Amino acid sequence: MIIKKAFVKTLPVMAAYIILGMGFGILMDDKGYAPVLSVGSSILIYAGSMQYVAVSLLTDGVSLWYAALMTLMVNARHLFYGIAMIIKYKDMGLFKPYLIFGLTDETFSLLCEDKEYPKDKKNIRRYCFFVTLFDHLYWIAGTAIGALVGSLIDFDSKGIDFSMTALFVTVFVEQWLTSKEHRFALTGLGSAALCLLIFDSSIFLIPAMILISLMSTVFYLSGNNTERNT
Amino acid sequence: MNMHSLSIIIVISGVTVLLRFLPFMLLGRNAKVPNFITYLGKRLPYAIMGMLIIYCLRDVSFRSYGKWLPSAISVAVVAGLHVWKRNTLLSIILGTICYMLLVQYIFV
Repeated sequence: MIIKKAFVKTLPVMAAYIILGMGFGILMDDKGYAPVLSVGSSILIYAGSMQYVAVSLLTDGVSLWYAALMTLMVNARHLFYGIAMIIKYKDMGLFKPYLIFGLTDETFSLLCEDKEYPKDKKNIRRYCFFVTLFDHLYWIAGTAIGALVGSLIDFDSKGIDFSMTALFVTVFVEQWLTSKEHRFALTGLGSAALCLLIFDSSIFLIPAMILISLMSTVFYLSGNNTERNT
Repeated sequence: MNMHSLSIIIVISGVTVLLRFLPFMLLGRNAKVPNFITYLGKRLPYAIMGMLIIYCLRDVSFRSYGKWLPSAISVAVVAGLHVWKRNTLLSIILGTICYMLLVQYIFV
């Protein structure tokens, strides 16, 4: 039952990950990299947008320092997911390292709301584990399909990557409708939009995250004590 | 297989794993999590979703209609559908089909 519940929850991610994984596999194949390297990347890195960046890092043959710095910039947003999940992942036992490893944008968006979690502790662990695992498997499967047979499939997939945007918009709307607190939603939207106007699109997330952190601190300090303790 | 390519993949993987584990390593050990972190854990997801939407739309440009209208229309369709039906799968599938039709046939 828990497995089925987790599977149904991950359905919106399935299509996106298989298609986007295929895109990565096809791209790597196109640049002449063996399927073992693209599938290996999807198993070990498991970070969608970074893997697309990785293709150009590989073809340019950049230094390892440059690769590390680039990863730091593109994936710094994962620090936020960790902070937001510390409490929820507190009692995850042996599953914890894998849950942290697999905390992608999409998996985070599925698990950051605990309203749909099962009731008892043991099932919460298994639920979070299977949601994370299913997402990871879709990504690996997509990459493998792309790397092995992608070039044979004739289908105009232009625009399919919008499914990621659509997923985040539905989570955003869902959160908006179920919460009375809108300052944080607006802060995230506003800070990112403002920083995108000022900075280059390749680095705007860094100043945006700093701005969100500052605003969150202001909200926390200006909040009354009852709110602080909830 | 090229050793340098393999090294690049391993470095990217290492830094990504480090970023994902860092908050848990720095803040997760204490039995008592500070109030501020509990507060952030509850509220930050709202801000992050807003940030991620902008992140997905980062390459939208306002130089011509074709560069921003498809995204604007499709985001409105997803949001509108979701307010109306509250069905995640339906909102995502119809919104994505809408976007694909727009960029493939209308704003080519």
